[in-house]
Amino acid sequence: MTIPTLTSKDAHFDYVLRLGDDALILAQRLGEWCGHAPALETDLSLANIALDLIGQATMFLGYAGELEGKGNDADKLAFHRDVNQFRNCLLVEQPNGDFGRTIARQYIFSTWQYLLYQQLARSTDPRLAEIAAKALKETTYHAELAAEWVVRLGDGTAESHERVKDGFEWCWRFVDELFSVQPLDPSIVTSGVAVDTATLRAAFDSALATTFAEATLPLPKFPRPVLGGRKGHHSEHLGHLLSDMQFLPRAYPDAVW
Amino acid sequence: MANEPNTQTANEWPLWEVFIRAKHGLSHRHAGSVHAPDGEIALRHARDTYTRRMEGVSIWVIRSSDVVASDPGSAGPTFEPAESKVYRHPTFYVVPDYIKHI
Repeated sequence: MTIPTLTSKDAHFDYVLRLGDDALILAQRLGEWCGHAPALETDLSLANIALDLIGQATMFLGYAGELEGKGNDADKLAFHRDVNQFRNCLLVEQPNGDFGRTIARQYIFSTWQYLLYQQLARSTDPRLAEIAAKALKETTYHAELAAEWVVRLGDGTAESHERVKDGFEWCWRFVDELFSVQPLDPSIVTSGVAVDTATLRAAFDSALATTFAEATLPLPKFPRPVLGGRKGHHSEHLGHLLSDMQFLPRAYPDAVW
Repeated sequence: MANEPNTQTANEWPLWEVFIRAKHGLSHRHAGSVHAPDGEIALRHARDTYTRRMEGVSIWVIRSSDVVASDPGSAGPTFEPAESKVYRHPTFYVVPDYIKHI
């Protein structure tokens, strides 16, 4: 029996999978708002973000499939893996809750993703650099839009203030995972392929402080973090999400449209 | 106005008229309207609603209630006097082919 050893190639694949799964799972969550958002205009805003993220996921997962070398394309990776094979962070699989919680989740994620893509656009892996540079413009818009809404809900009515505050309360325990979990093999960070996300934390905290001051929201005391998404240890919510997302291609494997 | 289009109620966002400039050199044209709590968000909504397919390079929004409109009831006195004045149309000039957007 041979014991499989972890190589930097595996870590590279795993890393690109993380990037793709973050975008894919959040896109699916945002898609759940379609037809249900508080106003037609916000329906479109959220769907637009979702579509941008699906585009990013398609590029990352397509590349991940190439790195894996088993003939899997982006669709195969998206629709034919089970919960424990997904590498997304726990934040993106969290249920939408109300509009306040969705905006809180989006603000945290897009602010982080914006900082990440800024660095990733300088990756020594030209494929990753290219995808990140293209996606950065989209993500800049997502982060700005989410920040605008955080300010309006926080500095809005007493009810909107409470709701967006509750939304952030739900999300805080998932923030550390974004910054503290490093790639499987540190060599892909030192070689400049992957971003050391710990270095993004100061800029994130500073953005948060600026937005929250304007939104009249209290800065958080971060609770004990919940980790595990990057290892495939997910919350119960991801399975339900996948059953929606994967039903059609699994029930009708040759379906095209 | 006879037909007040602004049906805003206490819980609804105000209506904004959206104007898009399709490309440089053209003027902004009315594209439609969006609901939004303020001008900044109205711009975002206009972007997400009307420029998803590269339709624009610039967006203006203005509160619908700030639009001063002519009275449809007085269309006769307003517009008909221009009808019989063909000499106001510059149809007696030849416009060179390279002059666009006339």
